[in-house]
Amino acid sequence: MDEGLKSELSKQGVFTTTFEDLYNWGRKNSIWPLGFGLACCAIEMIAASMARWDLARFGAEVFRPSPRQADLMIVAGTVTKKMAPQVVRLYNQMPEPKYVIAMGACAISGGPFKQGYNVLKGIDRYIPVDVHIPGCPPRPEALLHAFMTLQRKIDEQPLTGAQRPRHLVAEAPSEFPVPQYGEHDLEPPNNPAVWQPPALASAD
Amino acid sequence: MIQVDYSPYLLIVVLLVGAVAFALTPLALAWLWAKKFSPNKPGQDKNAIYECGLESKGDAWVQFKSEYYLYAIIFLIFDVETIFLLPFAVAFSGLGAGAFVAMTVFLFLLVEGLLWAWQKGVLTWK
Repeated sequence: MDEGLKSELSKQGVFTTTFEDLYNWGRKNSIWPLGFGLACCAIEMIAASMARWDLARFGAEVFRPSPRQADLMIVAGTVTKKMAPQVVRLYNQMPEPKYVIAMGACAISGGPFKQGYNVLKGIDRYIPVDVHIPGCPPRPEALLHAFMTLQRKIDEQPLTGAQRPRHLVAEAPSEFPVPQYGEHDLEPPNNPAVWQPPALASAD
Repeated sequence: MIQVDYSPYLLIVVLLVGAVAFALTPLALAWLWAKKFSPNKPGQDKNAIYECGLESKGDAWVQFKSEYYLYAIIFLIFDVETIFLLPFAVAFSGLGAGAFVAMTVFLFLLVEGLLWAWQKGVLTWK
């Protein structure tokens, strides 16, 4: 529907909408997160869901204890290599449409433990992350901002056409390969379909 | 007075149909929507039984120790005893000697059972 006509009609007191807008409006206002915390960032996530910051304003206060009922995975904290396969498996068990917020320096990059032998250097190596939040730990306001960013992202998704989101494309994968414990490290070290190591700058 | 020429139960049927439609219509709409727009994407992890991130191991047919039932039974007996004792105690001043003897016999039987269980070593945690 033409935006100009819509705005003109609303001035005359006629409210119009499209299926797409209605669908996205419903989706963006009922993002149920998975009740899932890995480290200290989870404390900030819990604070964000409590009365002072009140995640319920965004329709996201219903932390689900099962991935089958969740729409959003907030990877809140350090993802160790021991934990990474479980995180990916939980993500796989969530029904589409599903979203990921990587919360905090550890979840987006390994953070202060980046040089450690046992910490994954960012969960985006295995699963597609929608919003990254820096900070150690990020304040609840930062998580709220990530929520609003995600809502804006959902709101802009078209229902049809080439730009439609992954869950509406039949060929797009819903499950991502779960890494295995190898001899020295997780195998594979990253999912090439999701993340590839940055190319090294050549000398010439 | 207006004569009602339909069954009063008709209203219940109408309300019932309304209630069922109220529950089923959103489900049907969601199903149609998913059929039209959202492709079905089952998978190995998604269809897994266990949903805590770990893979399920072993068999669901495991055996549990049944010895705990003895504690449960002894607790239950004395729990029920309390239920009998409380009204007895409340009405105590108005009761005769026969009621007192009956309650003493009842208590004696239970205490005897406890002593028997104690002697058998049931109360020792293994």
